[in-house]
Amino acid sequence: GAGFALSSQAVAADETLEPTSWEDITQYNNFYEFGTGKDDPVRYAGALTTSPWTVKIDGMVDRPADYDFEDIMKAMTVEERIYRFRCVEAWSMVIPWNGFELADLLEFAGVQAGAKYVRFETLYRPSEMRGQSSNFIDWPYVEGLRLDEAMHPLTIMATGIYGRDIPNQNGAPMRLVVPWKYGFKSIKSIVRITLTDEEPVNTWQQLQPSEYGFYANVNPEVDHPRWSQATERVIGGGLFSPRIPTLMFNGYEEEVAGLYAGMDLTKFY
Amino acid sequence: MPLTDRINGFARKVPVWAVYILYLLPVPWLLYLAQTGGLGREPIKALEHELGEIALQLLIIGLCISPLRRYLGVNLIRFRRTFGLLAFIYVALHLLVWLVLDVGIISQIWADILKRPYITIGMIGFLLLVPLAITSNNWFVRRLGARWHKLHKLAYVAVVLGAVHFIMVKKVWELEPLIYLAVILGLLALRLPKKRKNQPA
Repeated sequence: GAGFALSSQAVAADETLEPTSWEDITQYNNFYEFGTGKDDPVRYAGALTTSPWTVKIDGMVDRPADYDFEDIMKAMTVEERIYRFRCVEAWSMVIPWNGFELADLLEFAGVQAGAKYVRFETLYRPSEMRGQSSNFIDWPYVEGLRLDEAMHPLTIMATGIYGRDIPNQNGAPMRLVVPWKYGFKSIKSIVRITLTDEEPVNTWQQLQPSEYGFYANVNPEVDHPRWSQATERVIGGGLFSPRIPTLMFNGYEEEVAGLYAGMDLTKFY
Repeated sequence: MPLTDRINGFARKVPVWAVYILYLLPVPWLLYLAQTGGLGREPIKALEHELGEIALQLLIIGLCISPLRRYLGVNLIRFRRTFGLLAFIYVALHLLVWLVLDVGIISQIWADILKRPYITIGMIGFLLLVPLAITSNNWFVRRLGARWHKLHKLAYVAVVLGAVHFIMVKKVWELEPLIYLAVILGLLALRLPKKRKNQPA
């Protein structure tokens, strides 16, 4: 169907991308649950227990339940997706994810007719996530997608990188990846997925609504109030690494622009 | 007090150039770390941040010097210019890293200075320090006389702008930059004129 065509096209286009090194991907992270420094996650995420792991899928679904992560993995087909990853802080990587389409997981739980949005929650466990003892964020971390964004074939749940289990600092055992949106939308270490008919308020939007919206689509023409989004630094180039131009929808315009037809992207940022 | 006497005696023996060398050592060290992975996976931002933070620390050291003499009798006045100039050097290097390594695109640099409040504030702080660095030599001190002291009060404004700039760089309210601002405001408060009742009639 159309979905399959879209997905194979995207995968083909991505074969020209040069993946960032394993070291850069796993040692330069934003995961405030472990601290605000870029090297805090790699230093402290080892404390997190990821097995057993339960994901509650609830709200407007046919089969609401606490799903064991192992059972989810048995039901899903894992494939490799090499995606650009663009942080709202104007740096970027290319990451070879392993994962499955979020649409498959949502269909596994059975999406009901009235559902319009998907709300995600990260684990809240301050005993293992030392950053959660600071309360500048109203934990747990929350993210959300419109249902059509969630069902898009480019949207995946990542469970691995470079064919290895996803490291804790990158969001073990399962994290969202929405490649045309700023990285903060790609919520890590997910424990709850709720289908709802109300637009969820995501954590960054709640923290600073003038700077972070619900959509957070990568857009070189809509600047962050405190910095330009026109260019990005590619991680891994050392001291003389230049900036490259940021692409509309992070280079996935052809696949996803239709989702936002007629919307004012300066208003819905 | 014997301890302050000992500190003052030691400070008199330390040559000013030794302080310059000691406080400039971090520059080659940071460049070495940046090249060898010691500043993490993205050395440009890290280098920029380290230089900015050292600049702020040097400005704070500069602010400590007169309260140290006034309240504790520790006399480090002969190093005040040294720390001021060192702070200026670090602010300039911090700016240089931002201009050349971080942004590097002239049109974006100009847009950032005009459009982004934290960069505008940082830039104003730097510009306020320029005349202070230029007039830091003995010739200007003599020539400007009382006006020199008035002019160099601009350092108070610049250091507050530096701390505000640091707070605004962060995505959330982080403790460290807030501590810097609190320390700076505390040191400036020590300079407020004493209350009338403490003054002789």
